[in-house]
Order: sequence, then structure tokens, then C-alpha cells
Amino acid sequence: MYARIFGFAALAACLAMPVSAAVALSDAAGSYTISPANSSIHFTIGNAGGGALDGAFARFKGTIRIDNRDVGRSQVNFTIFPESVGTGQSRIDAFLRSDAVFDAANSPEIQFRSTSVKRTGDTTALVTGRLTARGKTFPEKFTAELGGLKAGMIKFHVTGKVLRSRYGMDVGTPIYSNIVDFDMTLMGRRG
Amino acid sequence: MSASITNSTTRYGWAAIFLHWLIALIFIGQFALGFVMVRLTSQRSAFELIQLHKSFGFLLLGLIILRIAWRIGNAAPALPRSVGPFERRTAPLAHLALYAFQLALPLSGWALVSVSMLEIPSMPFNLFVMPNLPLAESDAAESFWAAAHWYLAYAGIALVALHALAALRHHFWLKDTVLTRMITPSSDRDME
Repeated sequence: MYARIFGFAALAACLAMPVSAAVALSDAAGSYTISPANSSIHFTIGNAGGGALDGAFARFKGTIRIDNRDVGRSQVNFTIFPESVGTGQSRIDAFLRSDAVFDAANSPEIQFRSTSVKRTGDTTALVTGRLTARGKTFPEKFTAELGGLKAGMIKFHVTGKVLRSRYGMDVGTPIYSNIVDFDMTLMGRRG
Repeated sequence: MSASITNSTTRYGWAAIFLHWLIALIFIGQFALGFVMVRLTSQRSAFELIQLHKSFGFLLLGLIILRIAWRIGNAAPALPRSVGPFERRTAPLAHLALYAFQLALPLSGWALVSVSMLEIPSMPFNLFVMPNLPLAESDAAESFWAAAHWYLAYAGIALVALHALAALRHHFWLKDTVLTRMITPSSDRDME
């Protein structure tokens, strides 16, 4: 997801951003390292009672490369450390880290590798890639919106839906939705 | 044989007998399930067994309400003439205590899931969402209801054991019909 987001951001940036201060592709092009301190990866899983389980990952890393000639050749790679999941309830965190969900002890990384970046608007892009979690890999799509580019920092807002059952994390369905809604703010630092 | 569905003055009908044994079976199963589910190391199995325990708990609550309504609308048969004056006075109290536990146990479990900060919705057998009781969520309330549910479960199973021993005493020692009339409503036992 993150990777896609970055890819999207890169793409959007490359294609020029009239909305966000006219970011020229030539300005946005380059390699960025995601800055966890300025970024966030939130997720929400709705439940049958009308509520939702909200959480975030505190630790992740990634890179975005925006191609200066062809946005479609931009790349986003992202790694989330599921051990860092936090929901505000330690019992739920322990449950999510256990082999009931992430099995963080045996699968310490969730990875995203973008395979394509398609511009969908002035500041938006669709990032497709391969998401790997618990040893299972599936194609996923994320929508990225360029939030700005200044002083060597590029910002993207990335959203997407992932079906958790495919990754061996179907526990709790149908009480909890199979759909995980991701909402990420990713800040990349040039270099 | 529709006449034997309801109780008569000397025997239990099929409805009361069916509810008695169905509730007994689920109650004992729930005790075993509750005992096991909090001792598992697999978080996934624990989660799934807890949801199953909640499902059977709601089923039990429904059956018990039905049973109490049936009991109120359909007087229980008189005790056999051989039953002495002391037991004649205490038997209704014992039965009242059994009914009270049957109600209090699922209600305390419902309260427990209602006040839990985990906010896991109750979905009996994945069929529908059972709303929570209107109680405030807090860790303190969860601890209280968890303890209440635990103590009620152990006291309840002890009461069930006493009840079963009393029934066996009636059958093998006193040789009366107190146990057998809860097995079939046979008219052979009408004459006491």
C-alpha cells in the first residue's frame, strides 16, 4: 500500500500539480525515503455492531522513486513492521501480533512492491503492486493523492482497501469485516 | 399424546422434560467451554470459542426465559406423597435457587461483554447482532462482571451437582419417582 501511495505521489508530482502549487514533474522527480516521524499508517475494520476497530502501525520504512520522464515507471516499495501495531487496547494489540492475525514473530514484515503507477488526475494516481503478508502475495491497488512538495519533502495521502482473509487473517469474520480500510499520510524526504 | 406435553398434577409433560434436559446439557457444556476457552494458548481458538460460548449463552438465556414462562403458566406436579415435610419446604427454595442461577449466569455474561473495553459485538451463531446491555464500559466494570460470572459459574455448577445427587438419592435410596418423572411423563407413575 505504502509503496503504491508513494508511487502515486511520485507520479502525480511528475505530471505537474496545478492544485498544489504547480509541482512540475522535473521538480518532483527523484528518490525519496519515507520519514516515519512525519507519516502515519492508519487502518479501520468495521464491525457488525456499527462500530469499528481502529489502529495504526508505528514502525514502517519505504522508498519512492519518481521517474522524471515517465511517471508510469515510478516505483514505490514499502515495509510495515506488524509488531508495532497499536489500537489503544493492549489486549487487542497482543491478539493482532499473535498467530491469530499477523504472526509477527514468524512474519515480521509486511511488504509492498509497486508494479505500476497510473496517473488518474492532476494530483492523483492509482498505484498497483504486490502485497506480501504471512507468506502470501496478492495484487493490491491504492489511491494516492499528492499533498505537496516543498523543501525536499513530498507528501502523499494514500487510501485503499485490502481483503484480510487472503492473507490468512480472516479471524473474527463476520463479526469484523473482511475489508481493511487503509488511510495513510506518507512524507518522503529527498535522497 | 398431546395431553402429555403439558404438566399434570402428578407428572411433568414433555415440554418441561425437554427444556430441563436441553438446558442441563447446554449448561454443562457451557461450563466446560468456559473452563477451556480461558486456558488456551492459541489466541485464535480462544477468540472463536469465546464467541461460541456467547452464542450458547444467548441461546440458554432464551430457553430459560421460555422455561420460566412455561413454569409460571403450567404448574409443576405435586411432590410424591413419600416426600417428607422438611424436603417439602426446602425443595421449592432449591428450585428457586436453580432458576435464579440459570438467569443470573447468562445475564452476567451479557453484562461482561457489554462493559468490556474490547467492544467485541455479540453475534449469536453469526446470525444477528445482539445489542449490549445499557451499561457503562470500563476496565473496572469488566473486572467486576468477569469475577461475578466466574463465581456464579462455579456456584451454579456446584448447585447442579447437588441437584443431581439429590435426584440420585431419590431414585436409588428413597426409591420414589422424583427422578423418573423428569425422564418420561409415563402414566405408570400417576399412582403414588
